[in-house]
Amino acid sequence: MDVNSNKYTIGFSIVMVVIVALLLAFASEGLKPMQNQNIEREKMQNILKSVGIEVTRDEAKDAYNKYITEEIVLNDKGEQIEGDAFKVDVLKEYKSGGQKNFPIYIYESEGSKKYIIPLVGKGLWGPIWGYIALEEDKNTVAGASFDHKGETPGLGAEINQGWFQEPFVGKKIFDESGNYQSIKVIKGGAPEGDKHGVDAISGGTITGNGVTEMLVRTLKTYEPYLKS
Amino acid sequence: MSESLFSKKNMKLIKDPLNDDNPITVQVLGICSALAITVKVETAFVMAISVLFVMIGANVIVSLMRKIIPSRIRIIVQLVIVASLVILVDQVLKAFVYDVSKQLSVFVGLIITNCIIMGRLEAFALGNKPGASFLDAVGNAFGYGLILIVVAFFRELFGSGTLTLPVVGKIEILTSLANNTGYEHNGLMILPPMALITVGVYIWIQRSRNRKLIEENH
Repeated sequence: MDVNSNKYTIGFSIVMVVIVALLLAFASEGLKPMQNQNIEREKMQNILKSVGIEVTRDEAKDAYNKYITEEIVLNDKGEQIEGDAFKVDVLKEYKSGGQKNFPIYIYESEGSKKYIIPLVGKGLWGPIWGYIALEEDKNTVAGASFDHKGETPGLGAEINQGWFQEPFVGKKIFDESGNYQSIKVIKGGAPEGDKHGVDAISGGTITGNGVTEMLVRTLKTYEPYLKS
Repeated sequence: MSESLFSKKNMKLIKDPLNDDNPITVQVLGICSALAITVKVETAFVMAISVLFVMIGANVIVSLMRKIIPSRIRIIVQLVIVASLVILVDQVLKAFVYDVSKQLSVFVGLIITNCIIMGRLEAFALGNKPGASFLDAVGNAFGYGLILIVVAFFRELFGSGTLTLPVVGKIEILTSLANNTGYEHNGLMILPPMALITVGVYIWIQRSRNRKLIEENH
């Protein structure tokens, strides 16, 4: 048989493509449940991290069910609506028009209540995201966790480190007269006693600005709910 | 097969890529991934394993099919084989070692473009039997992995002061020392340029010990 004839070449390509397509389709479908479970548990881990609970991926589900007592969906007026908060793709909500669904997770343990808000934004190289937890007064920050896809290691990538996240604790979103201030990442360092600013990362200005933008926009969206 | 699988000639297929014919330091292939994923030992290790799997798979499959692949589309056929294996590796990593797959992110996909794999398919698998192709794949993947792990070792140790090993986890080596003596980690080690310099130093040391690698001036 002439392996270099046109007929053979075309036949060979067709058979090869069909075999490969079948193989990959089976592998992808077979592994999907495990992959989705990983993604789901990672989300639970990140939500819990913002209130200071560190769990392994295997423990995530139990811990999540134990501490997160309520998941609610808000519309853009801050009113509670029907929906599955955990399944909302937050990034899409900010981009698309029409009916908005903004999730909020409520943590409850030993009588204290915390409100956890998901954040999505843009860093220098790609998406950044995180969760910010507010105390029962819906004003004081109880904790924050951030992560990123591909910020510069050692610079912007440091937003997922404790030393950047810890200073958020105790900051306020509203000033004394109740005006919206958000929390800003301040280049050159936040002045002592600043209730609305945290230190930026040297060399990570654009990532820091991304975090500020993300906080200002997101918390503004939740303002009606937080004030109610 | 007339000769045994572990004959002298076949063992050379495994040993050569580790030193005399190393894919990274001598053939200078696969440099891109060597720069990108050598920040932590663990990621380097997983990358090496992934490349090993893809190389063995691709080399053996191409070698088995070498007589039926039409030569006009052989590059496309090789790409399809490599790409399918890479997608399989990616899916398996996502399902079983999710954290590692997150760190490797796009670089698993880039195994497809890893010059070592295509280079070995063209240069070796298309003209040799599956057994020999298997050994060639193992040798080259080890040669690649060796450099990756050596580079990652130095970058992680001096860049972050830790060593993240597979299974064992993160070992803090220079961090406690750092706090007491004011030693600062060299952040530059984490950035890609230092990987290139580390590979350069490796090549320098290798050539000073192995004189036959030095090109003569004509």
